[in-house]
Amino acid sequence: MAKRMFRVWRGDADGGRFEEYTIDVDQGMVVLDCIHRIQALHATDLACRWNCKAGKCGSCSMEINGKPRLSCMTRMNTFAEDEVITVQPIKTFPLIKDLVTDVSWNYEQNKRIAPFKPGKKNKDGNHVMYQRDVERVQEFRKCIECYLCQNVCHVLRDHDKKDKFVGPRFMIRLASLEMHPLDTEDRIPKIKEEYGTGMCNITKCCTQVCPEHIQITDNGIIPLKERVVSRYYDPILALWRKIFSKKDPS
Amino acid sequence: MNQATQDKPGGHKTSFASTQRTDMWWVEPLLTGLGFLCFVVYTTWAMWQANHYWHGSYLSPLYSPVLFVDPTAPGAVPLEHAWFGSWPQWWPKFLPASPAMFILMGPLAFRSTCYYYRKFYYRSYFLTPPACAVTALPQADYKGETKLFLFQNLHRYTLYIAVGYIILLAYDAFISYFHHGKPGIGVGSLVLTINVILLSCYTFGCHAWRHLVGGKADCFSCPAGKEHLGHKAWSKVSMLNHNHQFWAWVSMIWVGFTDFYVRMVSMGVWTDFNTWGF
Amino acid sequence: MNISEIQTIEHDVLVVGAGGAGIRAAIECAQQGLNTGMLSKSLLGKAHTVMAEGGMAAALGNVDKRDNWKIHFRDTMRGGKFLSQWRMAELHAQQAPDRVRELEEWGAVFDRTPEGLISQRNFGGHRYPRLAHVGDRTGLEMIRTLQDFCVHQGIHCHMECTALDLLLNDGEVCGLVAYWRETGRFVIFRAKAVVFATGGGGKAWKITSNSWEYSGDGFGMAYRAGAELIDMEFTQFHPTGMVWPPSVRGVLVTEGVRGDGGVLLNNKGERFMFKYIPERFASETADSEEEANRWLDGDKDARRPPELLTRDVVAKAIKKEVEEGRGSPHGGAFLDIASRRPAEFIKKKLPSMYHQFKELAEVDITKEPMEVGPTLHYFMGGIRVDHDTQASTVPGLFACGECAGGMHGANRLGGNSLSDLLVFGKLAGAGAANYIKGKSLKAVDEKQATAIIRSATDILNREEGPNPFLVHEDLQAVMQTNVGIVRTGEELQKGITELQRLKDDAAKVKAHATSQYNPGWNEAIDLSNLIVTAEAVARSALLREESRGGHTRVDFEGEREEGLTYNVVVKRNAKGDMDARREKRPEPPKALADIAYANLEDLEAQNG
Repeated sequence: MAKRMFRVWRGDADGGRFEEYTIDVDQGMVVLDCIHRIQALHATDLACRWNCKAGKCGSCSMEINGKPRLSCMTRMNTFAEDEVITVQPIKTFPLIKDLVTDVSWNYEQNKRIAPFKPGKKNKDGNHVMYQRDVERVQEFRKCIECYLCQNVCHVLRDHDKKDKFVGPRFMIRLASLEMHPLDTEDRIPKIKEEYGTGMCNITKCCTQVCPEHIQITDNGIIPLKERVVSRYYDPILALWRKIFSKKDPS
Repeated sequence: MNQATQDKPGGHKTSFASTQRTDMWWVEPLLTGLGFLCFVVYTTWAMWQANHYWHGSYLSPLYSPVLFVDPTAPGAVPLEHAWFGSWPQWWPKFLPASPAMFILMGPLAFRSTCYYYRKFYYRSYFLTPPACAVTALPQADYKGETKLFLFQNLHRYTLYIAVGYIILLAYDAFISYFHHGKPGIGVGSLVLTINVILLSCYTFGCHAWRHLVGGKADCFSCPAGKEHLGHKAWSKVSMLNHNHQFWAWVSMIWVGFTDFYVRMVSMGVWTDFNTWGF
Repeated sequence: MNISEIQTIEHDVLVVGAGGAGIRAAIECAQQGLNTGMLSKSLLGKAHTVMAEGGMAAALGNVDKRDNWKIHFRDTMRGGKFLSQWRMAELHAQQAPDRVRELEEWGAVFDRTPEGLISQRNFGGHRYPRLAHVGDRTGLEMIRTLQDFCVHQGIHCHMECTALDLLLNDGEVCGLVAYWRETGRFVIFRAKAVVFATGGGGKAWKITSNSWEYSGDGFGMAYRAGAELIDMEFTQFHPTGMVWPPSVRGVLVTEGVRGDGGVLLNNKGERFMFKYIPERFASETADSEEEANRWLDGDKDARRPPELLTRDVVAKAIKKEVEEGRGSPHGGAFLDIASRRPAEFIKKKLPSMYHQFKELAEVDITKEPMEVGPTLHYFMGGIRVDHDTQASTVPGLFACGECAGGMHGANRLGGNSLSDLLVFGKLAGAGAANYIKGKSLKAVDEKQATAIIRSATDILNREEGPNPFLVHEDLQAVMQTNVGIVRTGEELQKGITELQRLKDDAAKVKAHATSQYNPGWNEAIDLSNLIVTAEAVARSALLREESRGGHTRVDFEGEREEGLTYNVVVKRNAKGDMDARREKRPEPPKALADIAYANLEDLEAQNG
């Protein structure tokens, strides 16, 4: 057991300050445990979201010493022994109170995306897909919606272009639909115009913070960018479509 | 004991390069930025030299292919190696008669539109953002790659050019095993061979290539259930692509080193160990 | 307080809970064209369904053609020690395959068989590979699929909104009072029917796989509204929860580890489960390591390894090993897959287990064994419902998912929960939709609404009182000690007495600061539901004088013949106290009894 000092942001949209708390930390504790201990002993009204405590639900996103993290997966022994630990809410979304932000914008984005539209089933009532065909989208479907990628994405975080870009989380959602072997919907025009693949400058912070280790940029956003290129920017393909009545070579 | 209210509720500052990160986040953008700068400085210098790019049967990759040649320059290729013969008369005097002038644009175009290089230079040079969770350089109206950087969408065409270079450099590596028609091997042959291999690992791990060979398909085995050739290709490319950053750096450094090696042996500073005994 | 100043929202049907069952119920109502509201205590998509790992049981027969619904039904009845409601187990086994296919139609991407069909994995108590799955994150796949589908169905999803109590008009449900977590403001929902899908109440125990949300809200609210609870003594202790480090004690380790070849060892390196095979399962369980290994290699004639016995059996076996001094250093058993499967296989099949142990316990499960022990996981019992419509005993109140009782009897099979959510979620939605036909919204009793709100605001307004977090810890300790995995009449009595004391404490708790996003206040509000849940479990457990499934009495060992003749039912009496009674079980339908007691070969022959 050791005493550790925390600086935790306390306040709401109107303002606030960093409050200092010193608590005993036991072996094996994660930052979320420490927040709970502060809650139980010093500040019962300290607001924070959490659910599963095992990195599966994506509720407890925070910024810990400036880094966007899941607090339930940030072990205390990853910090130096005398390090003060600063805990803040995520920056990109409006603050509600203490460590809780209003992430409803994300739910709005999901509604904008055209839903899954499968092709016909086989006669026996089954869809046939092979493992090799589903693995690519299964990676995207690991997403736990912690919104750490949305938080760290500078397009949303620093430039506040929420009207032009749906953010990495929904790029991944789009990739999971566009690359779904059964899906028949075409979302490429909106991906270019409304969801904003072009706003991403692939600086890869989303991939860096993803607790599920999804290769958001390499496997999701860049392939979508390439699909947009094929549709809109590739002169040879454009010519091909002109000659062969709009069918892409494949 | 308590600190004053910060710029934004939540305690986040909003000024350029502000962050609560306590690690040395600036090291990576600084080192990569400087590293690339060193390469640019070296290649420009090497290009300007217009000499010592040929030794025995070794040709510096910065000078390949040789379109025209001024055979009088020290360490230049013999006249018969140039595709179009001797150096043109109309060439302005203030520019060196360097064959590298014609060709560096190709690889430069490929690398500058490469998805990895974009990551690093948007971070190191454009500071949007300098590092994760560090405030980006403020912009009145950030446009990403939709306006000024729209040309990035032509990356696949620069890839086609880069593949051409791979073929040429593979040929250069091949002929480095022959000196005046006599087969053999030297350290220089190995350096040139490694150069082609590294460049291939970089080029064929390209994101655009990955899309073109198979990634563009939604289903890798429809409708028959048999694996498409495209899926096999995509899987292989994906393996290279996973380490694209690594291949980008080692191949770039090795290109510089290959030129440096040829230059050194051509100048007689280093001795090339080989079976021909020159 | 003027009730007219309180925000009021109107729906045809209001679903409380946004896990698998809640969303499925809401989808059903929305698809029938109803104005549907859905309350979610946390954000949408964070419910406990995401924690489900292993898979979703449905007799698709994709991996083993011999499987069919009757065998699934038989497994469910046997796993539930013949105490499940026959009709519910039947509906579940029959409809689960359609619900799985429907999920795929809505975008779920299950792992595949070599033929390109939905793959199925082995699990405890299931005769054949039956669990449709996605690695070890099936629950996430399910809730995300439902979530992405439901946002296009016109459902009104009210996030971070906690229900306080039901409103009744002339004995019929006419809505409920809730509060917004964000602002702490109250809201009255008016609805023609309410569907509860509120999950369990695992937070009454210290070692549990449940999160803060699982405070038995559905049990508490339904009970106070006069509904009956059934089978509350049957609480499932999942045999494999993490035991170390202390802060993650109880976090689930999927049964998939054992399904994919993991074995349980004691500190002597002995594979102890062979010693604990109950007679009923002896003929279907391997009796030597050699046979168990053959089964793992795919030999269809070999019998299943004993690690895959039902959860109650495995949990009790681990407890016994620990008690007799053969436990692991931190008081559990060793779960070893490292020596059984190659590292790549483990990372592919159990990726989140790999990460969970790597990041939380610094254990590499491809190299070392895990330490595991029992953790409170699931409530078999719950709100008593009609088997086909999921209507509770209070008109206008429906229940589905974990908060409804009856389907799983004395013990739930792994994988039957996810399918339960969808099968009965849909039925509850349909039941509610049918019930409200021709009905209109009924008036809200202002006095009742005011009383509900007042009891919540009192917590903030009183001068002083106990810390709600500490009262909660107290409750958890009481339940862990007195109403744990093995019980005695004496301890249960003691527990009930302690609960009376805790009731008084809970009535006096004080939360500081304002009602805006205040975890202390939220916790204080949840306490009353937790205590109802705890008391219902303790009283039911006291009444069942035998050991069966998730309920073990040291003073009444073994299953008693008589135990099959009744279910324990809990209800609030006229004085406001809790009554528990034994209610006689009706005779099972002959057709179903024949299936449940049939031998396997006969059932396999009936395929097609």
